[in-house]
Amino acid sequence: MEKRVVFRSAWLPYALVAPQIAITLIFFFWPAAQAVWYSFQLQDAFGLKTQFVGLQNFVTLFKDPHYLNSFRVTAVFSVLVAVLGLAIALLLAVMADRVVRGAMGYKTLLIWPYAVAPAVAGVLYAFLFAPSIGIVTYALRGWFGINWNWLLDGDQAMLLVVIAAVWNHISYNFVFFLAGLQSIPRSLIEAAAIDGAGPMRRFWTVVFPLLSPTTFFLLVINVVYAFFGTFGLIDATTQGGPGQDTNILVYKVYHDGVKAADLGGSSAQSVILMFIVIALTVVQFRFVERRVQY
Amino acid sequence: MVERRPFLTVLSHAVMILGVLLIAFPVYVTFVASTHTLDRILEVPMPLVPGGELVENYRQALTAGSTKGSRAAVGAMLVNSTVMALGIALGKIAISIVSAFAIVYFRFPLRMAFFWMIFVTLMLPVEVRIIPTFKVAADLNILNSYLGLTLPLIASATATFLFRQFFLTVPDELAEAARIDGAGPMRFFWDVLLPLSKTSIAALFVIQFIYGWNQYLWPLLITTDESMYTTVIGIKRMIVGSDATNEWNLIMATAMLAMLPPAIVILAMQRWFVRGLVETEK
Repeated sequence: MEKRVVFRSAWLPYALVAPQIAITLIFFFWPAAQAVWYSFQLQDAFGLKTQFVGLQNFVTLFKDPHYLNSFRVTAVFSVLVAVLGLAIALLLAVMADRVVRGAMGYKTLLIWPYAVAPAVAGVLYAFLFAPSIGIVTYALRGWFGINWNWLLDGDQAMLLVVIAAVWNHISYNFVFFLAGLQSIPRSLIEAAAIDGAGPMRRFWTVVFPLLSPTTFFLLVINVVYAFFGTFGLIDATTQGGPGQDTNILVYKVYHDGVKAADLGGSSAQSVILMFIVIALTVVQFRFVERRVQY
Repeated sequence: MVERRPFLTVLSHAVMILGVLLIAFPVYVTFVASTHTLDRILEVPMPLVPGGELVENYRQALTAGSTKGSRAAVGAMLVNSTVMALGIALGKIAISIVSAFAIVYFRFPLRMAFFWMIFVTLMLPVEVRIIPTFKVAADLNILNSYLGLTLPLIASATATFLFRQFFLTVPDELAEAARIDGAGPMRFFWDVLLPLSKTSIAALFVIQFIYGWNQYLWPLLITTDESMYTTVIGIKRMIVGSDATNEWNLIMATAMLAMLPPAIVILAMQRWFVRGLVETEK
């Protein structure tokens, strides 16, 4: 879509886009290009000499069991965050959509977790589930006899970060599901009711299929969130541990690059992540284009 | 509602109330912990009703900070966070709205090239270019400064798109009328376009304020000086060891302080928040 009426000026449009383009070039393109460049370099242990090694950093990465493990951990983490987050938010949105009185009140009470920074959410959950003093740890031990220590048990650590991430992102999913539900024409649901379909049947045969564009969109957004948005959460809780059990890709880039000062390896990981983001963005936009036609 | 089913209505309310309580629980515990002495919190189980140390804990956190780990006062951190969040939100809105204006209302060589350059930034989040971006900031000598905290984060494809989409829906007749009346492009921008964009700006402001306030990785990298810590970083720096060695009463008071401003912004601007959320993702 283009404007029919335009203004004319030889210099004004350039002046207007200049600030945005300058920041884009300095802080996005230049660093991204450098990341690609470093990914072909190998630095010696003291950081004094670098040499061009072609794809060797990438080969090393894909032979590194820790890196392959990080892929597996990220996959498990993002699937759990997306599936649990969407299921819980959908349940709440369907219930909020049903209630006539108080729907707005419930909405207000459910949107504020969006205000909590992932790192702060991590601190909150680390405290609740702290092995020795956490109130939830205490309840788990007392009521269910579960010995909760996520500092030692990798599966429990994973569960902890998943719960914190789902909690942190629930309002986002809820807002979109509720908007999606409210845009479904009432007449369709009424027609199904007249034909004798009960609430469950109506949900699965009418509401859920009509909601699928929203669901798919949220699926992509949640995967992006699990991949990139949860850095602070991981850093405030498990820091990738115990061992490598919650070391998601983004955290590993940071750890290898900043803490372990492995410039080439970390940059190669950055480049691989860039490809993942590009793939996710393409999926998201192709889908958005389709959604417009609905 | 399609039909009356009293049982389902009761069930809906029950599920909603349970959901609201479960979601509020972590913050309730945080609040309770911020009102007790450290000794009371370290008792297992910790109390679940607020205690009497509220004023003392918050005073200590705001003016002096923790005595372990980072010793920076949270009051200064709140100022830093506010400057960063406002700088990012207003900066993003300012540079995006003018570049969207140029791209929609002018025809000039390289127009589409600029548009795509802005678009591609969507695919380059900070997380994938950590070290080189840090180097750029170090070369520009903006580490440990407000400029360093805000500038690298204010380029935004989503905000530019939002304004572009909005400008495309503005009737052409308005620009035509403005031109006939002899208004130049900047006059049209200030007197017509900007007032029309108010709701979009409000919606974006809420989303970007929260985005700026909750930034973690970037301030973690570039603030080494305690006086430049943001609140979110400050909390992390107060956690020094295992469970019992941290001053949880102060950490939890700081956590409450870190959550409060963005929560207030969301609740006070709820309508724009929901709009902003839905629109920035289109």
